[in-house]
Amino acid sequence: MTGKDEAELSRLLRAAIAGDERAYADFLHGIAALVRGFVRRKIVQGGVDPEDVVQETLLAIHVKRHTWRPDAPVLPWVYAIARFKLIDAFRRRGRRIEVEIDEIAETFAEPEAETVSERDINRALDGLPPAQRSVVASISVDGHSIGETASKLGISETAVRVSLHRGLAAIAKRFGRTAT
Amino acid sequence: MRTEDLIKALDADARDEAMPMDRAWWLAVGVAMAIAAMVFFATIGPRPDIMPAMHTMRFMSKFVFTLTLAASAFALIRALSMPGASTRRATAWMIAAPLLVVLAVVLELFVVPEADWGKRLIGSNMMICMSFIPLIGIGPLAIFLGMLRYGAPTRPVLAGAVAGLLAGGLAATFYAAHCFDDSPLFVATWYTVAIAFLTALGALGGRFFVRW
Repeated sequence: MTGKDEAELSRLLRAAIAGDERAYADFLHGIAALVRGFVRRKIVQGGVDPEDVVQETLLAIHVKRHTWRPDAPVLPWVYAIARFKLIDAFRRRGRRIEVEIDEIAETFAEPEAETVSERDINRALDGLPPAQRSVVASISVDGHSIGETASKLGISETAVRVSLHRGLAAIAKRFGRTAT
Repeated sequence: MRTEDLIKALDADARDEAMPMDRAWWLAVGVAMAIAAMVFFATIGPRPDIMPAMHTMRFMSKFVFTLTLAASAFALIRALSMPGASTRRATAWMIAAPLLVVLAVVLELFVVPEADWGKRLIGSNMMICMSFIPLIGIGPLAIFLGMLRYGAPTRPVLAGAVAGLLAGGLAATFYAAHCFDDSPLFVATWYTVAIAFLTALGALGGRFFVRW
């Protein structure tokens, strides 16, 4: 099953890099489910919300997708990022954990569905400048397209893309660094 | 924000593609070499007798050491900056430069009479060596730490230290063209001290500057 995931997900990411937005959404959904399974099994004590780590990993995968070599397998790359973000989350809460590298390679993460709770990402979103925040919220929470957001806010589509890009980069950078 | 909503935002931002890591690394090394060359030629420059010196084994051996260090550090730092990339082979290659230096030192001890060992070790300008290798290497180090920020090193301190080794290897390559002390005894001692300083600086940079 891991072999199938690997082939399918790397195909999707390659297609996404070639400009296929549908493939990118599918890729992110697949990754979210796998990372969720991985993170939930690693977090046995409380203190860290697994979904926070899932979201932080997705953001990191997005802003760092140029660090994936298209001829390399995608899952080791994904799990290395997830593991790094998981350890980071524990460290911020003053915990030390060890996640063995070898264990990652054999991980058979079961896709899992999300649960809802208070999120670090909301704090990061609230910390954005108003222009970026309204663009990011319009596209994510309200589910508008780039075109709809542009006409709703009365700005150009280019301006929407720039604000979205900068807003996401800022969220990725300050995720979890705000006071908890 | 639900994860579902986050994915919508990431998907809408899919079009903006950054430069692939491998290409960015080659570009960074090119820029770093240009900066190192500028600092080198604007300050100390090559030694006047560089043409005849190029026919001596000792002079040329310095470039073998420094270029081996730079090449192996370059391979390792590229792997370290990409999550999940295997670093095993690149790590093994890091032994090559120290091994060559040790070999050369042993040969030198055989060839040179014991009475001259001290003179060869101290050389004529170790202070210049220890100040100019870091001076030439500091610009490249800053560029490489910036590259680590652009990348995604899961071991930032180690990656920063390797950035210092790479910057040190490049800087020492330029400095070797200036230095009159060609004995492996001198190189093994003072070049190592200078490069170790850049390595420590790189590790510090990795700890405090390379966040992602």
